[in-house]
Parts: sequence; structure tokens; C-alpha cells
Amino acid sequence: MKQFLSFVKKEFRHVLRDRRVLLILFGMPIAQVLLFGFALSNEIKNTKIVIVDYAKDYASQQITTKIAASQYFDIDKNLLSHDQLLAAFKKGDIKEAVIFPVNFAEDLSHQNQAQIQIISDATDLNISNQVIAYLTNIILNYQAEQNQLQKIPYRIIPETRMLYNPELKGAPNFVPGVMAMVLLLVCVMMTAVAIVKEKETGTMEVLLVSPMKPWTIIVSKAAPYLILSLLDLISILVLSVFVLNVPVEGSLVLLLAESTLFIVTCLMLGILISIQTSSQQIAMLISLVGMMMPAMMLSGFMFPIENMPYALQLISNILPSKWYYIIVKNVMIKGTGFAAVWKETLIMAGIAMLLFLVSLKKFKIRLQ
Amino acid sequence: MPEVVIQTENLTKRFGDFTAVDEITFEVFKGEIFGFLGANGAGKTTAMRMLTGLSNPTSGKATVAGFDVYKQPENIKKNIGYMSQKFSLYEDLTVMENLQFFGGIYGLSDNQIKQNSEALIQELSLQNQAKKLVADLPLGWKQKLAFSVAIFHNPKIVFLDEPTGGVDPSARRQVWDLIYAAADKGITVFVTTHYMDEAEYCNRISIMVDGKIAALDAPGNLKKQFSTHSMDDVFYQLARGATRNE
Repeated sequence: MKQFLSFVKKEFRHVLRDRRVLLILFGMPIAQVLLFGFALSNEIKNTKIVIVDYAKDYASQQITTKIAASQYFDIDKNLLSHDQLLAAFKKGDIKEAVIFPVNFAEDLSHQNQAQIQIISDATDLNISNQVIAYLTNIILNYQAEQNQLQKIPYRIIPETRMLYNPELKGAPNFVPGVMAMVLLLVCVMMTAVAIVKEKETGTMEVLLVSPMKPWTIIVSKAAPYLILSLLDLISILVLSVFVLNVPVEGSLVLLLAESTLFIVTCLMLGILISIQTSSQQIAMLISLVGMMMPAMMLSGFMFPIENMPYALQLISNILPSKWYYIIVKNVMIKGTGFAAVWKETLIMAGIAMLLFLVSLKKFKIRLQ
Repeated sequence: MPEVVIQTENLTKRFGDFTAVDEITFEVFKGEIFGFLGANGAGKTTAMRMLTGLSNPTSGKATVAGFDVYKQPENIKKNIGYMSQKFSLYEDLTVMENLQFFGGIYGLSDNQIKQNSEALIQELSLQNQAKKLVADLPLGWKQKLAFSVAIFHNPKIVFLDEPTGGVDPSARRQVWDLIYAAADKGITVFVTTHYMDEAEYCNRISIMVDGKIAALDAPGNLKKQFSTHSMDDVFYQLARGATRNE
């Protein structure tokens, strides 16, 4: 125990003395959360929107005025044909369009029902979702105002079309994503690099000659990163709750427990990498290219897994970050309990166990 | 008869077809400075790794500090110190923090660590440097400190793997003064080196060629045996027969 404590103390000294490591540990998660958070909330303002008004009647004018009155949109009126419109979307000149059909007001007053078409470039899924939500609100608002004057209520049906990503699945919930990324980075890369560094400088040999058992060395080397990543996790959660207003809907204890399991899994990965490599650069490269990239691409928080080719879907199953992402989304965003995520938890625990056994075996071979 | 602290019998290490260490047999006595010489690739480091418990022998017997290398490596580790070829202290920790750490992993109590480090700092006159980062010390100091850390827990035997590599002559001399002081205290010193003048400082030396021990005796006797006045010459005569390159 004394050995272990001496080790942990020393490891903290390493970390606290290295400004760059501190920056990665604490600067990066904060920067990521804030960047993601504010990039999302600001971008909606001044969105360029094209209004194609084939009706040119009082109703369409009134709605256009209402849209213009909100601070979110820059309005451009332009009579484009359907083909021209699609071409402009394809070139990226326009991101959103609102189309009033001919006889808009007439339909409203005679049939009490009319349609508005909203077209949105769904490559920026978040933006287009929010824009559509705003526009729909404005239209419903207008409808409510009009209905106070009518005996038979009007119905305006906004018909939305999302271009390029019609299914709209997996809209990025960035907080769980950032959590998975940051923990992965801290635990896998930092741990691997910290252990390999001892190999590189030759201190690992001295440690192995000491009475400390090889596995105690590895565990004490990894333990401080467990603590540091928990601190990271807490700072992300605090930022998310108080700055970004993304509350933890489910049980905080469950969330922390699941995160600890994920952290342990990642530490195992980091240890395995460190056992297999002997230079810091290679350890870093493997962590970044071999772990971070697939985790980012295939875990589901950047691109929906359902849309991936079957082979990639299979690969995504072996990534602990995928399961963690699902768990966090459930517990934190949807507020579900353990009953909803026990399967994912079990899979993640299984992966951790497997990694532990593999690295135990590799480590023994290495020592021969 | 002096007490034997290291004893090997036909100790062998093979990596596949390659026999790195080929049936070496020798004894090292308590309080002795035992030099372990050989060209690069002769098998010195592998032999030392087997004795320190870093790697398992393929065959043969060996005991270190009275413990068997196969069955009791943990006991061996408690009784030996080790200084690796590469500089083996943490540069981003201070002198004191290094001492605390290495004392800690050898299971010394806080009190012992405090006493030992005060004595050590006194001995090396490091009073003004104790709170400095090791990275800021001159190389000669670092090397002396690394040696002192290797014997900080007062081991029976200390293994030194080229302890003076890349150090200037005066600092080398100082490191050797420390080695002598340790030997006087009864610590057995097992040292590998490239420098032939350092070989002269040892009580006895063994010269390895192609994984075998080609000669083992006191430096003076070896010079007589090979009828020459310098260890350099003894070494060249033996090493000429080597078939292994790096």
C-alpha cells in the first residue's frame, strides 16, 4: 500500500508539473464543451432564408413579415423554379427555403387548409432542425392568431423536406459525445504515453527490478488517470448543466458509475497499447489513429450507425465508446434507469474484462 | 573463505536459436567489486538481467543473495539495487521527491526515508540542490545521485549497468569514489563497463566473449597471464577471437 501511495504521489507530481499535460487534461474538455455549446446556439442567428412566394397574397405576405420580424433570419425573396431551387441548394448558395404555393390565401379561406413547403439542407442537421422548429412555430403562431377571427379554424400544414439526410436519425447530442471523446483521449492516450515514457527513459527497468510486482506498477501508473478523468467528467457535467443548460435527467450516481466503468475500460486499452509499444510517438499514433478516429467516426455521435454499411456497423460493436455513448444518451438525456442500459453495461464490462486478460497475457510474455 | 553472494552454474539464456549467454559459471563474494566486461552483444546485459530477475534463464542454476532466481525472484529484488544504463531518475521531480519515491517503492518507512535522505544529502553536499529538479543538475551530479538512489535502501548487492557512460573523467572518478565507499560498507558491487581503466578499479573482473566467460581473475593476474601491462591489451587479445558482431 505504501508502495502504491508513493507511486500515485509521484505520478501526480509528473502531471501537475507538466503544463502541456494539464492543458490537455483540463483545457481541452472545457474548450470542447464551450465550442460545441456556443457554436450550436449562435449559428441559428442570421440564417439566410429564401422565400419563394408563388401566391403573393395577403396571407403569404403576413407570414413573410412575421418571419422577417424574428431576429433569426435574413430574408431573401426570390422567385425560383423548382429546378433552380434544387441547383442552388446543391451549390450551397442557400440552406433553407420557404415556398408558398399559388392560391395560398384562397386555399385557406375556402378550404380552411393550406400548405407551406419548407426545404432545408440537412447536412447541418442541428441547424436545419432548429430552423424548421422556429419556422413551424411562426406559422403556428400566425394560424392561432387567425383562428381567433374564424368560425371554422384554419389549418396551415407546413410540409418539411430535409434534403440529403431524410431520416434525421442520430441528431448529435454533443455532450455525451464530448464526454466519450475526452475520457477516451485522457484514459487511452495519456495512460499509454505515461507508461511508455518510463520505458523510453529507462526508469521502467529500475521499477521492474524493485520489489514492486509488475502489475502493481501498471495499476499504480493508471490509477491517477482514473482520478483525473473523473475530475474531467465532473467539469464537463458542471459546464453542461450550468452553462449549456443540458441537465442530467437520470440518476447522477448511475451516470458516474457507468462512466467509471468506461474509464476503466479505456485505461485497460491504454495499458494494452503501452505494453505493445516502446516509443511515445507510436503510442500516441496508435491511440489517435487506431482508437480516437474509429471512436469518433463509428460510435454514433457524429454519424448515425444505422446509416453505415453493414460491415462498419459490425465493427462499431467492438468500440466501448459506442456503448458508453448509448448509455450516456439514455441516462443523461432521456433520463432512463439502469433497466434500460444493463445490456450495454454488460457488453462494456465484457470488453474491459477481455482487454484485461489480453494485456495480462501480453505483459507476461513481454517480461520473459 | 568469504561469503558468496552471487553464484551461477552453467547459467544459459537462449532466444530461439541464438544463445545469448552460454553456460556461465562464476561466484561473487561479499563486499567485492566485480567487473563484468565484454564487447557489445557479448551477453553482459542479458546475464545481468537474469541475475536481477528481469528475465528468466533458459537453463542452469543461479542464486543471488542466497535466493534462487527461479523460485524466489521477489526476495532477490528486495535485496538488490539497480542502476540502469540509461539515466534512471525522474528529471521532472526534485532530488528529494526522487528519494521519497524510490524509498517508498522499496517499502522504507517515512522516518527511514527522512533519515537516509538527510544523510545522503549531507554526504553528497547537495544541501542547496535538494529542492531543485533533477533535470537542472549537471550530469556528473545526476550520475552520483542515481548511484546513491540505487543503494538508498541499503541492499546487499548493487548491479550497475555501465554507470559512467557519457560522464566526464572527473565525475567518473567521483562516482567510483562512491562505489568504493559502498563496497567498504559491505555492499557487493556488480558492475559492467566499457572503460578499461575502470576495470582496473575492480577486485576481480570477468571478460565475456560470445556469451561465454573467457577470463576471470583479478586485473593484475590477468595482465600477468596475458603477459601485458594494460587491461586494454588483455581485452583485445580475448575479443579478437569473437565471432559475434553487434
